[in-house]
Amino acid sequence: MNRPEPITPQGEPPVSLYARHEPVFNRRIDGKFRRIKWAIMVVCLAIYWFTPWIRWNRGPYAPDQAVLIDLAHRRFYMFGIEIWPQEFYFVAGLLIMAGIGLFLVTSAVGRAWCGYACPQTVWTDLFQHVDRLIDGDRNARFRLYKAPWGPAKIARRVLKWAIYLAISFATGGAWIFYFADAPTLQSQFWHGTAPMVAYGTVFVLTLTTFVLGGFMREQVCIYMCPWPRIQTAMLDEKSLIVTYKDWRGEKRGSLKKAQKNPGEYGDCIDCNQCVAVCPTGIDIREGPQIGCITCGLCIDACDRVMAETGRPRGLIDYATLDDAENEKKGNPPTRHLKLIWRPRTLVYFAVWAGIGFALLFMLGTRTHTGLSVAKDRNPPYILMSDGSVRNGYALRLHNMQNRPRAMELAIEGLPGAVMWTEDMGRAQAARVLTRTVAADATQGVRVYVVAPADSHGQAFAFTLTARGDARESDTAKTQFDAPGDE
Amino acid sequence: MADTTNSPASAGRRFDEATQTETVGHEWDGIEELNTPLPRWWLWTFYACIVFALGYTVVYPAWPGIHSATQGVFGWTSRGQLASELDAQAATRAKAVAGLADLPIEQLPQHPELMRAAVAGGAAAFKVNCVQCHGSGAAGSKGYPNLNDDDWLWGGDLKTIETTLIHGVRQPGDDMTRQSMMPNFGTDGLLDAGQISAVASYVLSLSGKEKPSAMTQAGAKVFAENCAVCHGDTAKGNRELGAPNLTDAIWLDGGAKADLVAQITHPHHGVMPAWGTRLDPVTIKMLAAYVHSLGGGEEFQAPAVATGAAPAEAATQAVE
Repeated sequence: MNRPEPITPQGEPPVSLYARHEPVFNRRIDGKFRRIKWAIMVVCLAIYWFTPWIRWNRGPYAPDQAVLIDLAHRRFYMFGIEIWPQEFYFVAGLLIMAGIGLFLVTSAVGRAWCGYACPQTVWTDLFQHVDRLIDGDRNARFRLYKAPWGPAKIARRVLKWAIYLAISFATGGAWIFYFADAPTLQSQFWHGTAPMVAYGTVFVLTLTTFVLGGFMREQVCIYMCPWPRIQTAMLDEKSLIVTYKDWRGEKRGSLKKAQKNPGEYGDCIDCNQCVAVCPTGIDIREGPQIGCITCGLCIDACDRVMAETGRPRGLIDYATLDDAENEKKGNPPTRHLKLIWRPRTLVYFAVWAGIGFALLFMLGTRTHTGLSVAKDRNPPYILMSDGSVRNGYALRLHNMQNRPRAMELAIEGLPGAVMWTEDMGRAQAARVLTRTVAADATQGVRVYVVAPADSHGQAFAFTLTARGDARESDTAKTQFDAPGDE
Repeated sequence: MADTTNSPASAGRRFDEATQTETVGHEWDGIEELNTPLPRWWLWTFYACIVFALGYTVVYPAWPGIHSATQGVFGWTSRGQLASELDAQAATRAKAVAGLADLPIEQLPQHPELMRAAVAGGAAAFKVNCVQCHGSGAAGSKGYPNLNDDDWLWGGDLKTIETTLIHGVRQPGDDMTRQSMMPNFGTDGLLDAGQISAVASYVLSLSGKEKPSAMTQAGAKVFAENCAVCHGDTAKGNRELGAPNLTDAIWLDGGAKADLVAQITHPHHGVMPAWGTRLDPVTIKMLAAYVHSLGGGEEFQAPAVATGAAPAEAATQAVE
């Protein structure tokens, strides 16, 4: 019974879940949203590019780069703000604000992040302009794509990829300047003396920019990025989306057909310009979809066609699903500004602004003096020959200002106790010691506290006060142990 | 039988009806296997791993023989790696070790860098050699001195600590070992029980642990005749002889009256190895620096006044 029994062959090949990538050759278009895109691209790239080169004088003891993430020295500088690692919650707070900010923007103006500000969008847009510059507009690029490989095609491709690579290097590579003094690092970079991690970072970021911006493009948005998925969950009937007003556009038909049969066709002349200009290659007339980054280029294209055919603009426009219902009934569209005044947006804004104010408040009231204490636990106390009791403490003094400061370390509580440090001897023991802490640095100090004979174990505290500035102080609570208390 | 109907064998590729997947072409009692090959990339990764593994067994020790395994063309061994890591570690310490070897220990405080290295090295060596008796916090216990306090039997400056470490305490065969021998006043019949009790009371009264009385007065007389020769007329001890200060708060062998009586009757004599025969000179210097750093270290004095504590600390430090 091991003779295989043949089964029916099927006529059709099995259905494949794999779809071959169809390259997008989007047509050049000019219009309101195209110009907004240009402006945002220029502003974003300029901010990204030039920020590391802004100087900011912090005196002789700190770097003069306005924005610097100094991983090597564990400092984060942003203009007048300096963050130490233990204050990283400020950065965490900023990241939380950025996250809620995305929600806020989505609630107020839909997927504006995707359409205008996302680096993937900005670089894809830039690279598509390079395509147009080298290969021509939509049809020329399509012809070249279909053409067999020959010297001319190879030359164009090599030139185009070289420009991709140059842009990738210039933009991806600029990332490293946020992490070290930019002029120094640039000089080191060209002389081959920069750290390996700098070259590695430039290599990786150049490569990812080249691949993501030059080749993967809209596939990142459609297949890789989680944000469109989150967006689909966040959009509601009051969210601004790019809408094809099918109640106005359908039934589609060419101008000729429409002229022949007045009243039968809608405003859409089926010219396909909205599809031709789309950077992600979708047809907006199929309704809201994950591939739509709401960049508005199809609105520009359609508006122009509507103008040319003498019809009112806005067949494709930013509108909400509620608007659609509303306009179908013949009511005028809601004004966009009015959309912002809804509870969801206001709650996001309140949370976002609340975190921002809390951060500003904390930033304004934080001190630049810090003290931490670790008590010796083995042994917990030492009985001295005169009957007094000694405890040891490892203190760390933080001077978080960009100048050396004299600081007073004092014992608070613990009657009769005095202290001395390793480098001074018990003879000079006192209740208040003065230490000079270097600029923007910490100082570790081992302190011996001795309390008179018959002292009991009790809680007390060290205080550290910057001399001449009573606001600048910190207190560290700790414990004093004595015999007979265990 | 499958839900499929028979057809000529020439049909070639066959597809399962329900899943539209090609089958491998065999059927047993109606059960068919779908042909779902591994993805190419997976297969190529697998082949690459095999190639890598073969190469790995060539360059690293791998194939077992009867007496030993193949050595591998890189010549790598785990022992060799350990040796090179130890060498690298030694190299990082080489500068400090060389500096310490040449430096007399009493000059160490003038070299803060070396001092820090010595204290760190001493802390590590202490954990290996000393904690068994002195405890991991160097706080000792009854019969084992606490090294954190300011009380020293033989002296607490760097040089003296180093000497004590090198020669040990009560080590036979070492001429310079720390040798102090309190007589067995009780068991050898030098004092009777009443005298011992009296002198113990007297000693306790010196640090205020007992009130003066007829008993302590009798004890004072016994002390002057028997004890003062080593412990001194004022009972403040003598570091030359290793005689402890009896007026302070620190009692190596216990500070209750029963402890004193026991100690006078038949003294406990602690010992410490002569570390000079067991450890290298640099490690001993490091240990001395570490013990000196624990909070009770004294300043080194020229030999003429080496018997006393530093003047500034004399008021609070006593000689036991």
